[in-house]
Amino acid sequence: MDKNIKMKAQDISFFYGKHQALKNVSIDIYANQVTALIGPSGCGKSTFIRLFNRMNELVMHTALNGAVYLDDLDINGPAVDPVSIRRRVGMVFQKPNPFPKSIFDNISYGLKVNGIKDRDFIEARVVQSLKRAALWEEVEGRLHDSALKLSGGQQQRLCIARCLAVESEVILFDEPCASLDPISTAKIEELILELKKDYTIIIVTHNMQQAARVADYTGFFLLGELIEFGKTQEIFTAPKDKRTEAYITGRFG
Amino acid sequence: MKRKYIQNLGFSGLFLCMLFTLFALGSIIFFIAVRGSQVISWEFLTQVPRSGMTQGGIAPAIVGTFYITLGAIIFALPLGLACAIYLCEYSPKGFIVNIIRMSINNLAGVPSVVFGLFGLAVFVKLLGLGVSILAGSLTLGILALPLIISSAQEALMAVPQSIREASLSLGATKWETIKRIVLPAALPGILTGIILSIGRVAGETAPILFTCAAFYMRGFPRSVFSEVMALPYHIYALMTEGVHPEQQRAIAYGCSLVLLFIVLFITAIAIFIRQRQRQQYG
Repeated sequence: MDKNIKMKAQDISFFYGKHQALKNVSIDIYANQVTALIGPSGCGKSTFIRLFNRMNELVMHTALNGAVYLDDLDINGPAVDPVSIRRRVGMVFQKPNPFPKSIFDNISYGLKVNGIKDRDFIEARVVQSLKRAALWEEVEGRLHDSALKLSGGQQQRLCIARCLAVESEVILFDEPCASLDPISTAKIEELILELKKDYTIIIVTHNMQQAARVADYTGFFLLGELIEFGKTQEIFTAPKDKRTEAYITGRFG
Repeated sequence: MKRKYIQNLGFSGLFLCMLFTLFALGSIIFFIAVRGSQVISWEFLTQVPRSGMTQGGIAPAIVGTFYITLGAIIFALPLGLACAIYLCEYSPKGFIVNIIRMSINNLAGVPSVVFGLFGLAVFVKLLGLGVSILAGSLTLGILALPLIISSAQEALMAVPQSIREASLSLGATKWETIKRIVLPAALPGILTGIILSIGRVAGETAPILFTCAAFYMRGFPRSVFSEVMALPYHIYALMTEGVHPEQQRAIAYGCSLVLLFIVLFITAIAIFIRQRQRQQYG
């Protein structure tokens, strides 16, 4: 595989029961770039992003055709443990979902389940992750308070910090700002731009301006199909497909 | 004006219903406390019965109730919790699981005397445990099982799917997720189930009637194979057997008061634990 390609989806079709949610989608995800997936509600973009860390397996009565690669590894291969994939491909969800535990325990959780016991190491990693997620200054000195006392925006940054702590290689953002106010949204976007130095990022978003601001590449989904994929600038200034143009100019969606 | 009037009428009605319930509960406690307190003394709580149940105390029955309740919970809690975890987290959803759920709910509705007969047939006779603490505990445990299973199931299902996903997305296995995230989050609800089942088990008479209860014992049980006195059955026996009904009735009220206190005390401990858990991460 091309060195610049970190993940790759090949000819993906996905079914919920008899309903086909994705139709022959192929996409290359470039390393250390932000790839945005846009499209109207129900177009399959959230279903699609969850294929990259095998989260759709948790849903009953689904079927998948096609392959997803992480570097050269077929992540759905028979010998591949989904747990090992999720350690490499982290995820931030639509609604902030901190554990009902302390701030510290939220971040250290991923380390602990990955078998790390060294306390000093864990402590250093927690602080480092909070700093990288731009949350440290707001929570310093109260790491042992419940994470549920934080505001929505802070909780979402906590979830990002939690993800950073396990040092995954790819981070999937599934509409991370859907429930946040504009200021919190701006902070998260800033963070995403900062993180792409070290991570490969895929972000699903409803918000086209957000895609335009953060993404290097953008894919437009409609009714389970990837209509157009390319450099963000090209998609937004010179879309090749009429449907893409109609969507980004706000004629539907 | 009219709508406001109707609303006020509605509120008053609800308030009255609440007041009536409170009154019923209060008067039961008051009645038992007044009658029971006449015989309560240090001796009553710590001595064995004497002179054909009219003198001495009820210590063996208190200790007995404690033993069989504890035994029932030790047996039913791990089994019930494991069952709830399996049904909630592991079993494929579908027809068979629905049948199992329904069966468990039906089990909760089985009259307790039927459990007593089952205990007699299986634990006392078939397994040869005899009339013993062990047989009684197992019988009560089976009675408590559906309560524990259904309340634990409810508590597990109330844990949002989103934090399960969060845990899995960090590279935790399903079991790690259950152990470290789901169970702690469900703990307050699970505790509530245990509280309810303890109250139920400690107060049951019919299941222990044939499986472990003795009307009179001179001392304390020596092993799990001993017969045992228990408060609910002791009350029943005092009211229906013996030759000194007047004195026995007074003691029966004393026993009721003690039983009430034991159940309230256990409940209070569990509520305290649950409350503290909530304050920490509510």
